Amino acid sequence: MSHAKTRVMTGNEAAAHAARLARVQVVAAYPITPQSPVVETLSEWVESGELPAEFVTVESEHSALTVCITASTVGARTFTATSANGLAYMTEQVWWAAGARLPIVMGIANRAMAAPWSVLNDQQDSMSVRDAGWVQLYCRNNQEILDTLVQAYRIAESLYVPVMVCYDGFLLSHTMMPVELPDPDTVDAFLPPYHPLTVVDPDDPRNIGPVTLADPRPDAEGVARNGYMEFRALHHRALLGALETIERVDAEYGAATGRTWGGLLWEHRLDDADVVLIAAGSLGTQLTVAADELRDEGMNVGVLGIRSYRPFPAVAARDALDGRSLALVFDKALSYGHEGPICSDIRSALQSRTGAPVVYGAICGLGGRDVSPADLADATRRAVADRAAGIVDREPDWINLHLEEDAR
Amino acid sequence: MTRITELPTDEVVLPGNRACAGCGIGIGLRAVTKALEGRLVLVNPASCLTVLGGMFPTSSVAVPWVNVAFPSTAAAAAGLAAGLRATGRADEMTVLAMAGDGGTSDIGIQALSGAAERNDDFIYVCYDNEAYMNTGTQRSGLTPRGARTTTTWTGKRENPKDVPRIMEAHGIPYLASTSAVFPTDVYDKVVKARSIEGLRYIHMSTPCPSGWQFDPKDTVTIGQLAVETGLVALYEVEDGAFRLTGRSASLARSGKRKPVADYIRMQGRFKGMAEEDIAAVQAWVDQRWAGYIARHEASAGESTGA
Amino acid sequence: MRDRSHDISMSRPAAGEAGRTGDWRNARPVMVAERCLAVRQGTVTCQICWVYCPDACIAQGVGPVIDLEHCKGCGICAEMCPASAIQMRPESVHGVCAVEEGER
Repeated sequence: MSHAKTRVMTGNEAAAHAARLARVQVVAAYPITPQSPVVETLSEWVESGELPAEFVTVESEHSALTVCITASTVGARTFTATSANGLAYMTEQVWWAAGARLPIVMGIANRAMAAPWSVLNDQQDSMSVRDAGWVQLYCRNNQEILDTLVQAYRIAESLYVPVMVCYDGFLLSHTMMPVELPDPDTVDAFLPPYHPLTVVDPDDPRNIGPVTLADPRPDAEGVARNGYMEFRALHHRALLGALETIERVDAEYGAATGRTWGGLLWEHRLDDADVVLIAAGSLGTQLTVAADELRDEGMNVGVLGIRSYRPFPAVAARDALDGRSLALVFDKALSYGHEGPICSDIRSALQSRTGAPVVYGAICGLGGRDVSPADLADATRRAVADRAAGIVDREPDWINLHLEEDAR
Repeated sequence: MTRITELPTDEVVLPGNRACAGCGIGIGLRAVTKALEGRLVLVNPASCLTVLGGMFPTSSVAVPWVNVAFPSTAAAAAGLAAGLRATGRADEMTVLAMAGDGGTSDIGIQALSGAAERNDDFIYVCYDNEAYMNTGTQRSGLTPRGARTTTTWTGKRENPKDVPRIMEAHGIPYLASTSAVFPTDVYDKVVKARSIEGLRYIHMSTPCPSGWQFDPKDTVTIGQLAVETGLVALYEVEDGAFRLTGRSASLARSGKRKPVADYIRMQGRFKGMAEEDIAAVQAWVDQRWAGYIARHEASAGESTGA
Repeated sequence: MRDRSHDISMSRPAAGEAGRTGDWRNARPVMVAERCLAVRQGTVTCQICWVYCPDACIAQGVGPVIDLEHCKGCGICAEMCPASAIQMRPESVHGVCAVEEGER
């Protein structure tokens, strides 16, 4: 019998609740806006005894992820959270955690990268480490933050890959919403204990993560063991395997709690849509409002939301976009000198497909620049007009850009 | 003080490893691991020790060993200690972090300072071979004045940092300075450290034949000379009480320190070092040594007065 | 579910990770048993060569026994022996270090 309770809370509080429900054993904490309330909340629970975990107040983000790496190596379930420059500072360890195949779960309250300083939201921080070998899941609301973080432990510990659960800073991290807290017994049944691949035992001594040669090398018994490239191939295989695992875990979570989040992708009024708006995170929710407005005007518009950015659900995205006329991808990040990262991935998923839509990109919300459903609807109207004019290659549309020099 | 023949004979450092001939690390590592009776997990950043440890799929040291990123040693040890406590295994092994001088005094000092301030529960051994030897002898914060390295071609201009004093300023429960070529001194200090809870820091001077440019047969001789000149002092600070140990304690009694020039002239890295620079190093050593003697006598006075 | 224990780089201990490091030697240590303090006293005493060997290539004993398959020939044992009971003798053929009869 489920005894779920609903409370009004911020996204950061939802993240802390998820870590508590997952019975994390080691939490590493270092402050950065807008993530700080996550670890503040966990600190309170650890001090009051409500959460029986080791709480390590490290002196930097680099050390925060380091603590998770080694605690996970000895079999503890770990959690930390960060944002922007904090994530950039721990980048070395982001790669280490993934290469070491440690099922660490980390919350990312997405924030713009400095310089110049901005504490406000975009998704440049997590997208900049997309290649490091973590699963990256993006959330639309506070309930999804909680549910996704709990799911993340199942995904991580069954595939031995770390998972980042990304949610927009301030827009979700500091915004109050009703969140249903699953019954702890329900989560316990959903989330079995973690069994590490690593062996740390003086009676069976192993050297974990040593220098590994390019080619396979024989062990003391003459058996050829994997080289660096083989380990990387296995890691890639695990990430590709996550495509199935993310779907399955979301479905099983749905069976336990009554809530699912679409697995890899989610959609809104997509069935007969001719124009598909694409984004990750809370921007996707904004897009649903814009789509509804445009539907009222008689345009066949739908939304495809990216929940799993890594692994990228290329096949599922291709299937979802097959036969449409236009895909308009809204990125809150940019690969400078090229285009938005999601836009690139959508293009590559569709490349050489007959019947694939034309793909346009749009850049919005950098450094917290406000973007309303009306702005998104306007951008869609512009794109539809360009498409009707037969334009195939188009520079990204910068939404709400007001350059000083343009005003002169 | 433990005698050589009283040391445990079990070996976890295996022959046929990848360390250079005459490397001081092997001597020190054998003493450290004997003191922990093999019940340890070793945390090791990129360093010469990594080379000694060997390449996948074979390890040259039969202890649990966790490789970690260069700046992260102390935080990694803190995470291991926390993880072992959280999983109820803290009593099964001692967490031993072991990093070089660059990994400790330069890139690793932030994490080390944080762990010391939190008094995390592990032993940290800095094996100090006085430069980035693994990457080809670049200067570190612990390279001595006058030493030529591949980034100080005419000799380093600055004196090294005093890392044990930096660590002492954190108020940790135990710290020691020792030398890899005094294995019984190393052993006794690690045995003592093992019984103490919190962050225990041991600074281990470790001669390096290739980087210091001397014949590998002289590793122990040179390391001993470093102590006999007072350049390296064997001491410990337990709950604030400073005590010279072993050869340094006998030097304090006899007052017969050898001139640092004897030590400097045995090593290629100091080749061509000017007399005034040697004199400056001698003055620096004299001043440090006077400080050690003053603290040693003050602590001795306190303990007899009590 | 497949066995994932080989998905990560995790070594097991064994001697000779770097091969027969005896091949590195220019000179080999040779025990002159009648000079060794342990031999002369007929007991496990001294063991200075044992404690200072960086490679754990010397086993304690009356007198100590040197592993010539792995000894790199650094010469610390010979240098530190208080009785000059270990002599470094040049290897006649580089890269070949078959142990001569009676030297072990």
